[in-house]
Amino acid sequence: MSDKEEEPRIGVFVCSCGSNIGGLIDVKALAEFSKTLPNVVFTEDNLYTCSETGLAQIKNGIKDHNLNRVIVASCTPRTHEPLFRDCVKKEGVNEYLFNFVNIRDQNTWCHQKYPEEAFDKAKDLIRMGVAKAAKLEALENIIVDATPTALVIGGGVSGMTAAHSLANQGFETHLIERETELGGRLKTLYKLFPNDQEAQILLENLKKNVQSNENLKIHTSAQVKNIEGFVGNFEVKVEENGNIIDLTIGVILVAVGTSLFTPTGYFGYDGKTRITQYELESKLKNNDVKARDIVMIQCVGSRNNERLYCSSVCCMTALKNALILKENNPETNVSILFRDLYTPGTHYEDYYRRAREAGVVFVEYSPEKMPSVEENLIKVHNEYLGEDLLIPYDLCVLSTPLVSNNDNKALAQMIKVPLEENGFFLEAHVKLRPMDFATDGVFVCGSAKWPVDITESISQGYAAAARASTIISHDTIEVEGATSFLPDYNRNLCTGCEVCIKVCPYKAINKNEEDDIEITQVLCKGCGVCGATCINHAIIIRHFTDQQILSEIYAYGGKEV
Amino acid sequence: MTFEPKILGFLCNWCSYAGADLAGVSRIQYPPNMRVIRVMCSGRINPVFIFKTLLTGIDGVFVLGCHPGDCHYLEGNYEAEKKFIMVQKFLKIVDFDKRVRLDWVSASEGARFAKVVSEFIDSIREQGPSPLSGENIDQELFNNLKAMENSVSSDRIRALVGRQRKITEVENEYGEKVPIDEFNAIFDEAIHDEFVRQRILLSLSTKVLSVKDLAAELKLDPSEILENMLTLKSRGEIDYQSIDGNTPLYMRI
Ligand SMILES: Cc1cc2nc3c(=O)[nH]c(=O)nc-3n(C[C@H](O)[C@H](O)[C@H](O)COP(=O)(O)OP(=O)(O)OC[C@H]3O[C@@H](n4cnc5c(N)ncnc54)[C@H](O)[C@@H]3O)c2cc1C
Ligand code: SF4
Ligand code: SF4
Ligand code: SF4
Ligand code: FES
Repeated sequence: MSDKEEEPRIGVFVCSCGSNIGGLIDVKALAEFSKTLPNVVFTEDNLYTCSETGLAQIKNGIKDHNLNRVIVASCTPRTHEPLFRDCVKKEGVNEYLFNFVNIRDQNTWCHQKYPEEAFDKAKDLIRMGVAKAAKLEALENIIVDATPTALVIGGGVSGMTAAHSLANQGFETHLIERETELGGRLKTLYKLFPNDQEAQILLENLKKNVQSNENLKIHTSAQVKNIEGFVGNFEVKVEENGNIIDLTIGVILVAVGTSLFTPTGYFGYDGKTRITQYELESKLKNNDVKARDIVMIQCVGSRNNERLYCSSVCCMTALKNALILKENNPETNVSILFRDLYTPGTHYEDYYRRAREAGVVFVEYSPEKMPSVEENLIKVHNEYLGEDLLIPYDLCVLSTPLVSNNDNKALAQMIKVPLEENGFFLEAHVKLRPMDFATDGVFVCGSAKWPVDITESISQGYAAAARASTIISHDTIEVEGATSFLPDYNRNLCTGCEVCIKVCPYKAINKNEEDDIEITQVLCKGCGVCGATCINHAIIIRHFTDQQILSEIYAYGGKEV
Repeated sequence: MTFEPKILGFLCNWCSYAGADLAGVSRIQYPPNMRVIRVMCSGRINPVFIFKTLLTGIDGVFVLGCHPGDCHYLEGNYEAEKKFIMVQKFLKIVDFDKRVRLDWVSASEGARFAKVVSEFIDSIREQGPSPLSGENIDQELFNNLKAMENSVSSDRIRALVGRQRKITEVENEYGEKVPIDEFNAIFDEAIHDEFVRQRILLSLSTKVLSVKDLAAELKLDPSEILENMLTLKSRGEIDYQSIDGNTPLYMRI
């Protein structure tokens, strides 16, 4: 490693991010300040460091000033580190000699009333970043084989779409559905907005697609029991009809959709004269609606203290079913009690117009004055009239939200991905990586993320399949070089106590035949637990070494202790 | 001017650092007192880091990881918690444990991140500047924390904390699980003894002292000092240097 002996020559690039950073703190002054720090030989401020111009400035800086370490002080490594690493790599600087300093997401954006303090904070963070950069070492990523197979968990619209798309591209694909039949929510629905297609026809088409593709293996009454390994090489245990099957899988797609909410305790829900939209769909399908005075209540169990979110499909579902009821029998009275109506885009707004024309009555209510459902009457307070309206009913339909599955948590822990506060799966980044999880090789689509309609579920199914195929269309995968390491010069420190073996969550550490501690780099995820625990400080966590972290501490503390 | 604390936060990449970013993306405001060191997992935090930070005079240390069960690396935060509790036990000896805090923030909890950080800053502001900051530092406190740093660096303490989860939650080499109370009693005693020993070593590395001198300096019972010195002597870490009248004087080897 020649870089080790080489004197650090650090370049610091301070980003203005338009006015996101530069609007609060003086980036020119920060660049000037950076010049005063040890080992810094070049600094510059950029309007947008991530733009073509900004990246060219970094490359020129490296060339003209012979930089061997690069720092960008800007947004956050979670979104932009790959871009800058790539940029320095192209100019011949090892990507691990790049260091990110976060002065936007964790500074200017959250101290908007404190420009001076935010400037000082940025100075400290750059000082710490420079201190760490001086100690960084070049590392190489490792290349491992990737299995070109995919596992799709959940056989609803989104899962079937994704599985079919992957199988069509020639990848061996396994579709896991825990119920006896594919289809998810679609199985029960009657007609679908926005084109009144019969749900069962769509379902049959989707099923035909997945059943007729020889690359696609469908596992019904099946559940994922265990997942080990890493991108390109997941070892998955599936229980299908009581039998265990072992699969080696390259990529995993989560398409587990949602569960239904039973509105027990809301408006005297009884499943008979007070039912959910979902139950109404069944009734419509079986031509079993006798009622003549139908009142629908929106946002039952959503947008309240317990569930803050909007379930996004219920307004359209109510409009759709109201129109169907009117078409079936124009004499039927249909009223919709709503808080806000969500009908975005031309297709959906058209439904609203048609419903009005067909004579559906819309009454707004406010959550402060909730409607009350009595024996044969529904009482709802009307703000405009300033009085209560009494609407007779023989069927009351509650529009309840789609909610997350109870067992999402267990699945999330198995594949090591996060859930958001309502129990839905949380993607890596809502705008930059909407189909990805932070965990490599795992993707998400459809209403597993939050309630979406079928059009969106299908788009997301295709999108996730496309993202997944970018991995399994290659024979190999690059694994991070930032891993745990027991260097030969530290072997004398190791007493063979085996504590590191016990704490490693990935079983990456073992004793070899010579009774020496051995770390398998491809299994190591670089969490650093073994290094923090090692009894005799023998294990080094590359890219987060003790020396590197201590240098950051000392740079902030102002002295070495 | 009012006192503005200097705080260092150790944030794990996957949850708490993401939560901190989300606070920014959502423009949630909080006071600008904390600087952040990003680590991949809270389990990366070597307890030595926390003592080093406090020794530089930084007023407070905040460790943030994923919620229990949510660690990106499965169990790193449980390991982090064990080490953190140990650090607190040491710091409690000198009533300094309120200057460190451990909490969990998920990637979706931007608002919670801002809240827990603000609360910690307030708590440190109330406690006032660290006696180890500025020009005239409290040397006795410095020595005590230095002895603690050396303790958490020692193989004995590291072996105990490193094995803790296996011993108490799974089972030890003999296939038995040690009840947590029993383990804690052993651990507490080890923490206290190791601290005293490291404190003795620190004093003897610059001066030659008798048991009585040491007892006075460390404000401890001479018999306890003597007991620990015998252990240190048998480990070959200290020895007689000379005899002053009837009193043996010791030095560090
Ligand atoms: C009353 C009602 C009416 C609707 N009407 C319309 C409409 O007219 N038009 C429209 O576009 N949308 C409509 N929707 C929305 C539509 O149902 C959803 O958009 C769609 O079902 C989402 O598909 P999905 O694949 O994401 O999830 P789901 O349909 O929920 O499918 C998920 C599948 O995954 C399976 N699964 C879950 N967990 C696991 C696990 N751990 N292991 C294995 N399998 C698992 C489930 O059994 C299920 O089969 C309506 C919804 C409701 C409730
Ligand atoms: S690098 Fe980050 S901070 Fe700079 S312009 Fe791009 S997004 Fe904004
Ligand atoms: S913990 Fe450290 S000393 Fe113990 S076996 Fe592992 S590497 Fe060796
Ligand atoms: S860094 Fe983490 S994953 Fe890698 S060997 Fe150490 S404990 Fe195991
Ligand atoms: S990754 Fe957050 S605590 Fe382990």
